[in-house]
Amino acid sequence: MSVVETKAERVTGWNRPPVIEPDGEGELLEVAMGPHHPSTHGVFRMDVALDGERVIRLKPVFGYLHRNHEKIAEGASYLASMPYTDRLDYFCSLTNNWAYALAVEKLAGQPVPERAEYIRVILAELTRIQNHASSIGFLIQEMGASGTPLMYAFKEREKILDLFESLTGSRMMCNYMRFGGCRVDVSAPWLDATRKVVAGLPAFVDEFEALLSSNEILMARCQGVGILRPELAVNAGVSGPMLRASGVNYDIRKVDHYGIYDRFQFRIPLGDHGDIYDRYMVRVLEMRESIRILEQALRDLPAGPIMDAKAKIRGFRPKPGEAYGRIEAPKGELGFYLISDGGPNPYRYRVRPPSLINLTVLEDMCLGHNVADVVLIFGSVDIVLGEVDR
Amino acid sequence: MLGDGILKGMAETARNFFGSYVSKERLTTVEYPEQRIPTAENARVFPFLVYDGTDWEAGMRCVACQICEKECPPKCIYIEKSADKKPDFVGKPQFYPARFDIDISVCMSCQICVEVCPFEAIKMDTQFELATDDRFGGLLEDRQKLAKSNEYYHSIHPTEAAEVDARLAEEKAKVEAKAKAAAEASAAKAAAASSPTPPAAPPAKTEGGS
Repeated sequence: MSVVETKAERVTGWNRPPVIEPDGEGELLEVAMGPHHPSTHGVFRMDVALDGERVIRLKPVFGYLHRNHEKIAEGASYLASMPYTDRLDYFCSLTNNWAYALAVEKLAGQPVPERAEYIRVILAELTRIQNHASSIGFLIQEMGASGTPLMYAFKEREKILDLFESLTGSRMMCNYMRFGGCRVDVSAPWLDATRKVVAGLPAFVDEFEALLSSNEILMARCQGVGILRPELAVNAGVSGPMLRASGVNYDIRKVDHYGIYDRFQFRIPLGDHGDIYDRYMVRVLEMRESIRILEQALRDLPAGPIMDAKAKIRGFRPKPGEAYGRIEAPKGELGFYLISDGGPNPYRYRVRPPSLINLTVLEDMCLGHNVADVVLIFGSVDIVLGEVDR
Repeated sequence: MLGDGILKGMAETARNFFGSYVSKERLTTVEYPEQRIPTAENARVFPFLVYDGTDWEAGMRCVACQICEKECPPKCIYIEKSADKKPDFVGKPQFYPARFDIDISVCMSCQICVEVCPFEAIKMDTQFELATDDRFGGLLEDRQKLAKSNEYYHSIHPTEAAEVDARLAEEKAKVEAKAKAAAEASAAKAAAASSPTPPAAPPAKTEGGS
């Protein structure tokens, strides 16, 4: 722990050289963890320099899953980019859809009907719950509990994905939101099924917590490990549960009130220490708050159209200008920056992915810890490589 | 006491393990190839072309307008317009696709072709067991392979297909009413001219498609 603290004292900006000196004799051992490493959630490499078990340097290597998303979007029509956004963070395709739709709606000055806003909130919060549940499952999986908590999380995720499938047609690649509303309307049976699932969610979170929260092994592995200080988190632009676990009260749902989030009563859970356990706990508590939002949204869902009457699907050409639309995705601030020159495709299209920017502090969190903890710290960041590399 | 939390967690797993013998709710998986969960009604996999009636070539709704080809994000559709025309479901002569290929190894099942199609000609299938050992030809579907009947469409998406049929019937009724009004007007005109020859009979309507 002391090593991490001396490092933090010597950091002035966050763009710093590695500062930990090896204390043993002999050479450092350089290990390439990944790109084919079961803990890397995909294809990601960490070049670690080890002094015994202790991490002295860590260099993340990105780009193995680069698919040219931004350039493809600059050549495609506005609508054609929508299914590609599903493939960014493939765990949360609906929040990706929303962020992109929000940016385009800002660009074109396109209003959204109230019912569509409510449907978006319901789907986004369901996405948040399934993302947090499975990300905790993966974290515990990396701790060595092979399968059980992950399968508990997936059992619940399955119910939510079934809802997505029966509404949007696809479990993961939903491609559901459109500029000015949503693609299809929710039906009464779908709402009943959703109410049933939401009613079962508190019991699931209770079960999940009984399984994990007071587990001594989990506490021993997580508490005091991978501490991220709030100053560093803010300077590095970290967002989402990572930032809130460090105790910074910043949630775009509260800051921006995008959509209709100002109508709902919910609290923002904050961590004290910024360690892995806090990140785990913040996610669990966020699931509980999401259930509250879901209950309110399902209660207040108004009748009405789901697409704005003036919304255009084909031949959509927003006037020249620029817009940045951002939302609180389950992993952090997801933003889309668009510049239009009045043509059928954006002149510039840029994604601000939460996973990539949260990963930039990986070295700061890992230095001085053991190799086994690196896997855990990396898991607690909650990334999806599709979004990191784009 | 140290170990309390672990015991609590184990009690939870034990409850699920023994509960799975009693309660169906706790048994969440099925043995896939033998047991199958029915797909959701809205499920989508790959596109197919709808035809009316029994002859897939004559009843094909597609008029080769190539909108889907243009809008398809991964550009997996290839269409060649026909040189001649055939009557569509209201009897209006329309082009038809001389070639319509979808490379389903490229298709990403996004449904945008279905959304932009103004003729209700392309719809999403729910058939997902499409594994083949032919990597190129086996995954390139031509128009004959893509053509599926309206009855098949009704069997996989009943609600949506009923809506589509109602919309098409309405359109057809509108066109027929318009044609009838036009024919009556021309007949009245001819009668007003009071030519010695009897008024020309309205042009015989060809009943295309169904």
